[in-house]
Amino acid sequence: MHALCGENGAGKSTLMKILYGMQKPDEGTIAVDGQQVAFASPGDAIARGIGMVHQHFMLADNLTVLENVVLGSEKLHGIGAKARAKIVELSERYGLGVRPDALVENLGVADRQRVEILKVLYRGATTLILDEPTAVLVPQEVDALFDNLRELKAEGLSVIFISHKLGEVLSVADEITVIRRGTTVGTVVPADTTAKQLAELMVGSELPTPETAESTVTDRPVIEVRNLKLLGEGGRALLDDISFTIHEGEVLGLAGVEGNGQTELIDALIGLKGADSGTLRMATGEVGSAGEAAGEPEEITSWPTRRRREQGIGYIPEDRHRHGLLLESPLWENRILGHVTERPNSKGFWLDLKSAQADTRRIVEEYDVRTPGIDVTAASLSGGNQQKLIVGREMSHKPRFLIAAHPTRGVDVGAQAQIWDQIREARREGLAVLLISADLDELIGLSDTLRVIYRGRLVADADPADITPEELGSAMTGAASGHLEHPADESGAAEDRPSGETGDQPEKTEEAAAPEDEAR
Amino acid sequence: MKKFDKERLLLGAAGPAIALVVAVLLTSVVLLASGKSPFEPYAIMLEQAGFADIQVLILNAAAGYYIAALAVAVGFRMNLFNIGVEGQYRLAAMVTAVVGAKVALPGALQLPLLVLVAALTGAFWAGIAGLLKVTRGVSEVVSTIMLNSIATAVIGYFTLPKVFGVQQGNNKTTGEMHDSGWFPNLDLGPAGELYGFVFVAVALGIAYWVVLNRTRFGFDLRATGASESAAAASGVNAKRMVLTAMLLSGAVAGLAGLPTLLNDTHTYSLSFPTSLGFTAIGIALLGRGGPVGIAFASLLWAFLDKASAELDYRGYDTEIAVIMQGLIVIAVVVSYEAVGRWGLRRQQQRVGKELAAGHVLGKTGAPGTSGETGTSGDNNDKEVAAR
Amino acid sequence: MSTAPALDKRPAAASAPGRRRVTLPVLLLIIAGVLALTSLVRIVTGADGITNVSQMSTALKLAVPIGMAGLGGLWAERSGVINIGLEGMLILGTWFGAWAGYQWGPWIGVLAGIAGGALGGLLHAIVTVTFNVNHIVSGVAINILALGVTRYVSAFAFEGVPQGTSKQSPPVESLGQFSVPVLSDGLETINDKGWFLASDIAGLLGGLVTNMSPLTLLALALVPASWWILWRTSFGLRLRSCGENPTAAESLGVNVYKYKYLAVIISGGLAGLGGAFLSIVANPFYLEGQTGGRGYIGLAAMIFGNWMPGGLALGAGLFGYTDSLKLRGGTENVHALLLLIAILVLIGAIWLVLRKKYVGAVIAVAVSALVFAWYATTKEVPTQVVTATPYVVTLLVLSLSAQRLRMPRANGKPYRRG
Repeated sequence: MHALCGENGAGKSTLMKILYGMQKPDEGTIAVDGQQVAFASPGDAIARGIGMVHQHFMLADNLTVLENVVLGSEKLHGIGAKARAKIVELSERYGLGVRPDALVENLGVADRQRVEILKVLYRGATTLILDEPTAVLVPQEVDALFDNLRELKAEGLSVIFISHKLGEVLSVADEITVIRRGTTVGTVVPADTTAKQLAELMVGSELPTPETAESTVTDRPVIEVRNLKLLGEGGRALLDDISFTIHEGEVLGLAGVEGNGQTELIDALIGLKGADSGTLRMATGEVGSAGEAAGEPEEITSWPTRRRREQGIGYIPEDRHRHGLLLESPLWENRILGHVTERPNSKGFWLDLKSAQADTRRIVEEYDVRTPGIDVTAASLSGGNQQKLIVGREMSHKPRFLIAAHPTRGVDVGAQAQIWDQIREARREGLAVLLISADLDELIGLSDTLRVIYRGRLVADADPADITPEELGSAMTGAASGHLEHPADESGAAEDRPSGETGDQPEKTEEAAAPEDEAR
Repeated sequence: MKKFDKERLLLGAAGPAIALVVAVLLTSVVLLASGKSPFEPYAIMLEQAGFADIQVLILNAAAGYYIAALAVAVGFRMNLFNIGVEGQYRLAAMVTAVVGAKVALPGALQLPLLVLVAALTGAFWAGIAGLLKVTRGVSEVVSTIMLNSIATAVIGYFTLPKVFGVQQGNNKTTGEMHDSGWFPNLDLGPAGELYGFVFVAVALGIAYWVVLNRTRFGFDLRATGASESAAAASGVNAKRMVLTAMLLSGAVAGLAGLPTLLNDTHTYSLSFPTSLGFTAIGIALLGRGGPVGIAFASLLWAFLDKASAELDYRGYDTEIAVIMQGLIVIAVVVSYEAVGRWGLRRQQQRVGKELAAGHVLGKTGAPGTSGETGTSGDNNDKEVAAR
Repeated sequence: MSTAPALDKRPAAASAPGRRRVTLPVLLLIIAGVLALTSLVRIVTGADGITNVSQMSTALKLAVPIGMAGLGGLWAERSGVINIGLEGMLILGTWFGAWAGYQWGPWIGVLAGIAGGALGGLLHAIVTVTFNVNHIVSGVAINILALGVTRYVSAFAFEGVPQGTSKQSPPVESLGQFSVPVLSDGLETINDKGWFLASDIAGLLGGLVTNMSPLTLLALALVPASWWILWRTSFGLRLRSCGENPTAAESLGVNVYKYKYLAVIISGGLAGLGGAFLSIVANPFYLEGQTGGRGYIGLAAMIFGNWMPGGLALGAGLFGYTDSLKLRGGTENVHALLLLIAILVLIGAIWLVLRKKYVGAVIAVAVSALVFAWYATTKEVPTQVVTATPYVVTLLVLSLSAQRLRMPRANGKPYRRG
């Protein structure tokens, strides 16, 4: 079992795509069993016994497990009883527990992943590539997955395992290759490597790490969330008992494995999803107005999205193509997006195109958006420049509270540093920020307070001053709860600390519910 | 920057131009295959367009097309397919005719009343589909198709002599409207009479442009069409937007039958022109949902309709015009897609080049980091029909 | 605290599959119940026409083109392509069917009709799959084009030919009809007796065995055949996977473009067959405007049937039946059916009460009462109500069940390779 390790964007996925024939290499060779090969398509890779389990599952929801598995390889065992028998046999041999006639739609994430693995095995693969297989799993599921993988290894199959989570890699791999910025920086054996050494290899030393200067946290609360609860389909709680307060000048970092309620929390804060219970309160009016003058934060629970944004919620979305931009519209229209009711974009009922365009030019200059003009479409900018435009747009409306979801994802290093600077500067001026990120260094470096979200609950908090990414990472998997490390007294949100129980964690997310269903 | 603007304009014109050429070529092939001259029909039609009376006919016909196509375009701009313009305008025309025959106010009140009745009827009929979509999730495509058929039945019932109908020979009508409700025509002497409603259509086009491009509502509507998810995050209430757009589309559709009704027939009868609503879909596509484009498209359509009548007397079949209309629509949708994609790719390349050359709007002139370029809208689940 | 979530979850898990599928026995029971009620209504009202053999036979005849169009829609949409151009393909089918039919015999006509529709399908595939144009836009364009082309070529093909005009083709020879000997007469006899239930079932079955065209038989057979191909062969599996998740299908080596093309061409062919049925069996000639929007209705029938062949056939049957009422003493028969509707809505109200949805129940009771009042105070309904009935029913069904319908996941979405 070989693990491939590296930061986000280090080139792991690209490498795997080449191995699986989805992309062609410009140079270099691939050898399978000592034979040099060239893959033109996934089909060639499959023929060579290489199978891939994608990070985003390639399954059709409305088809059964059987149908998903045999699709494309109907010639092997047909699509009827023989195929079913083969699936059952494989499933039993490797302990996958897959039911061939279940609809994929009704399966949880872990089950789906097992179906993906089965798909690969069904095609007779001898080498399995797993792309970030644990990103969407909860710890118990991760353990189960590793058991499966060990089973496969015992049967003589090779597994290539891609991850950026050190703990997992060290516990499961026989050999680890670390890549950084597209090149191999070393191959190590877990037995004589520590997590720290591995982390250094992965991150290198030259990467900029965000660092907050002196604390600017005040005691004037900007946003107060109390006992927020959001129910999903079928009455499962996607968010449960979420409470926190962010003050002027405070950055609250939210750590968590993706799919643990972050998206839902954003939706609830921005008003796309109504809370099922709990309250949201926000201080409106001028930034920096004295606490007494500003008065108590107003209750905004029932406000629609537009009103919340007008009153000072800024939003840097997780997926900027889907939620932050009109890709085929010119930049200045993108500058209006989300703030169409506010100056300089409109005067009353009418749009004010002149000032909007002038202001777009200002943003482009101030935020260093590299573009030949403001009439080009947003799609023609690079990811970093798109993001700078979004940051500039949101900052231009003097938000009281900024939701920044993965603000530097898919952004080049230069833009990354700029965006960090802008967030820090705004924080100095009294902005309250909720920072959600998968980049733990970013979280630790920028935040004043850290919270960990796990299955829709805030389970732990920490002081960024004395916590390492590894410690935070282990809390994200639900292994630790309550306050991590030493108590932090300057943390403004200390009184909101969750009760910190993990023993009776109810199943929260859709994914989490499935394995239990099956067991029943 | 100017350069980009010019290119956009050029690209905008290239789509329909290519489509027209392709459609003409294909039509010529059809003509050849049927053993006719592949060129003469065009000459005849163009010659027809030179006559003043034909021009008036074309303008008059274009007015209805234009209004109906605007109605379709309102929906298209936010990915709503109002296939029901057909039912909406016919029902509205019938109801207006009935009201016009039963109510007699002075002209200054009668005309606004009739226009209002038409708009409200259209909006009501479209609103049913909008409501079903918002509350029950019924696709507007299917529900408006059903509503078209139901409208036919409703019209049939209302025009029964025992209800509101008046039998005139073989024709069932709604009776003559009071002349205070006749819209004034512009008498052009021997060329005929130009419908006064042509000017209303022009005004509607201007209003459409202003609302869409210069108001907050218009921005929200366009944003919803360009990316539903981004619009929702920007604070657009999607459900309310769907309902509003549907009502608006219906109200405009309700007016589409008025040029004929108020300027010409002054009664709704079995011979009232039909299928305007389906034609309008083609015209809206051809005009790319813009008010000027739609104007050209409706004039072209009306030209093909009216100028082709002469063909029958010269040994050709007027239906060649219908074929041409069909071919134009197909050619147009394909060429828009192809040209649009090409243009986007080209723009991305140019932006890259300009950046590399140091033409940057920002203060730093250093070569930009090329990075990964945003993919061209592949993330959009829905393709926008007419942008 | 620790047990509560587990309790919460159970009903959710249990109701999830139940909401999705109505099992076959339940469905049969519902059909039987409706049939019994219909019979009761027939006896009470004396409107024997509603389950008459000839009524049923007409209904079947009218249902075939709708069903074929719907089946065409099913094939296309299962592969992920919305086909609103069915109407145009139906038109092409009628024209080619009659054109080839009057010259070279009806069977050649049928083949030509299929080919004509398939041609329309091919065009739709080129525009939507290769050029990635919005499916609805392309469909609308095809409808316009098909209308134009057939009108134009009719002038050449049919004008000047004996019994032909520019709008109507010369007559096509019949494909013949057959009735299953003993069975047909026997069922008709039972049907004539007017017994409770037995006569109605006899009427329904009688419609299936009396004066049937071989093309009807073929059309009927195509419904289970489509199901078998789509759900029981690897070809069908691949085709459906393109409509559910084309990216996944492509990653497994399925040529998504190929399957979409095939599906849309087959879709056009089926619609073409429906068209040929119209211009060879239903009428022995092509007539301009003959399809009368049946392509759209077929699409509605398919949605009504939740993208499944069986449901689609049921939907098409319902449309055919209401259509047939228009032709045969509709005003009285529909009047009689008012009573049936009143009872059905009342049953719905009771069901709602049991589900504790009181607001809906009150509305349903009120509707039921209104319909009953209508029934009681009138002797017949205007023909326009008969005309509108199928469309209103579709709208009602859609608005009641749209959220429960499950269309192919990637239906209507543009797909580009890579």
